[in-house]
Amino acid sequence: MSSTILQIDNVSRVFPGVRGGAPVRALEPTNLQVAKNDFITILGPSGCGKSTLLRIVAGLDRPSGGRVLLNGREIKGPGADRGMVFQSYTLFPWLTIAENIAYGLREKGVPKAQRQEIVASYTEKVGLRGFENHYPKQLSGGMQQRTAIARALANDPEILLLDEPFGALDNQTRGLMQELLLGIWERERKTVLFVTHDIEEAIFLASRVVVMSARPGRIKADIPVELPHPRHYTMKTTPEFSSLKAQLTEEIRVEAMQAEGVH
Amino acid sequence: MPRPLEPVSQSTRITLGISFFVLFVAAWAFATLGGFVSRTFLADPITMVQDGWLLLTRFGFLSDIGVTVWRVVGGFILAAIIAVPLGILMGAYKTFEAFLEPFVSFARYLPASAFVPLLILWAGIGEMQKLLVIFIGSVFQIILMVAVAVGNTRRDLVEAAYTLGSSDRGVVRRVLIPANAPEIAEILRLVLGWAWTYVIVAELIGSSSGIGHMIIDSQALLATGQMIFGIIVIGIIGLISDFLFKAFNRKLFPWRLA
Repeated sequence: MSSTILQIDNVSRVFPGVRGGAPVRALEPTNLQVAKNDFITILGPSGCGKSTLLRIVAGLDRPSGGRVLLNGREIKGPGADRGMVFQSYTLFPWLTIAENIAYGLREKGVPKAQRQEIVASYTEKVGLRGFENHYPKQLSGGMQQRTAIARALANDPEILLLDEPFGALDNQTRGLMQELLLGIWERERKTVLFVTHDIEEAIFLASRVVVMSARPGRIKADIPVELPHPRHYTMKTTPEFSSLKAQLTEEIRVEAMQAEGVH
Repeated sequence: MPRPLEPVSQSTRITLGISFFVLFVAAWAFATLGGFVSRTFLADPITMVQDGWLLLTRFGFLSDIGVTVWRVVGGFILAAIIAVPLGILMGAYKTFEAFLEPFVSFARYLPASAFVPLLILWAGIGEMQKLLVIFIGSVFQIILMVAVAVGNTRRDLVEAAYTLGSSDRGVVRRVLIPANAPEIAEILRLVLGWAWTYVIVAELIGSSSGIGHMIIDSQALLATGQMIFGIIVIGIIGLISDFLFKAFNRKLFPWRLA
């Protein structure tokens, strides 16, 4: 087994009640260990605390209890060692595509020549050659999210965190983006934590699917995906894929019903 | 019939815009030249143009215009230099905002024109007093509006910057400021328009030059043509500065239009 890079220890999150209401337990004490080079998808219905968990790992939210260790060091706040891609389009609208990708490198003080080299290589990897001098507004949603992935990767983070990055995209674009991301992972073997509510997406991308339950959020199942790499989109129709999908659909259905108050 | 929110073509827009000016002047000419309004109280457009020409060629009105423009621009720049950084600080740091916001909100409602007598007492009737009137009229407005703009910066952009390794100062410098630069420019354009009303008030009292001074002088002579000419000149300068500001902003922030 490879070494643990990220360790989530009894992390919980309680949001204070609004206007004297009861506090909301968004996340029950949760434990999760992420091995180096692993691709983990966190699957769950909306409101199950999966985004909260990811935000705590990113350092954008503080746990109410427990702690998160990255390479043995406790996470106190956001940092360049954890790259993040958000569901909303978060490219800086005043910067061109190339400048967006170079943002983290500039903050780090990487010299210009080296910066340009890294930017060029990642522009290539996400298939945005020729769009370097465009502004985000001029690009489609899929292209913007590709840029966001390139921007996060250009920083060479220890772990890449993605919070439903393809959630706002149409189905076809979403499929292409999954292949692109998987292709990059197969080549570079970054450690990835990917939050989604899409079962197919969760299986197709992951080496491990973590299923979360709703209200209060906690990890319900941890299912390894043994499908071989490199994966091709046709894999989504194989029997192995279908049986995994059936299993996860069952797991998540119960949760969704509970979340919606249906019994 | 036009439908709600339906856009019009550029040429229609220009034609319609000009036609109201024409309509306005026509109504004015009709009322005055037709003898419906006494000449003592309102000059007709032709007299106004003649008076204006006289002012410009014989009475050195151009230098009055120059003096007024310099006062507005001077006081306004002074206010902007102080107010924009303060506004950014207030928008970015909530402790700073909690400290200053109540006072600035209060000061914003102090009418700049009411300060004129006091400022004459403090600073005399020289240039300093005029600059100060404009400064007081503009500075609190700019601070507050910039603070609100910066405070409303998209949170997800700030979070993205943090996950890319930005420090707190880096977020202010490389996200909050560039993200709000177009809006700050827009605020400055707006407040510059208000500054024009303050300068005239400052010039109406205790002044020996400027457009406002000319207007008050003309009042003594019942020269309504000159007074109206002065007012129209202010309008035209306002229009020009507005246009320049807009063109400048378009040039400076191409990403907004991209």
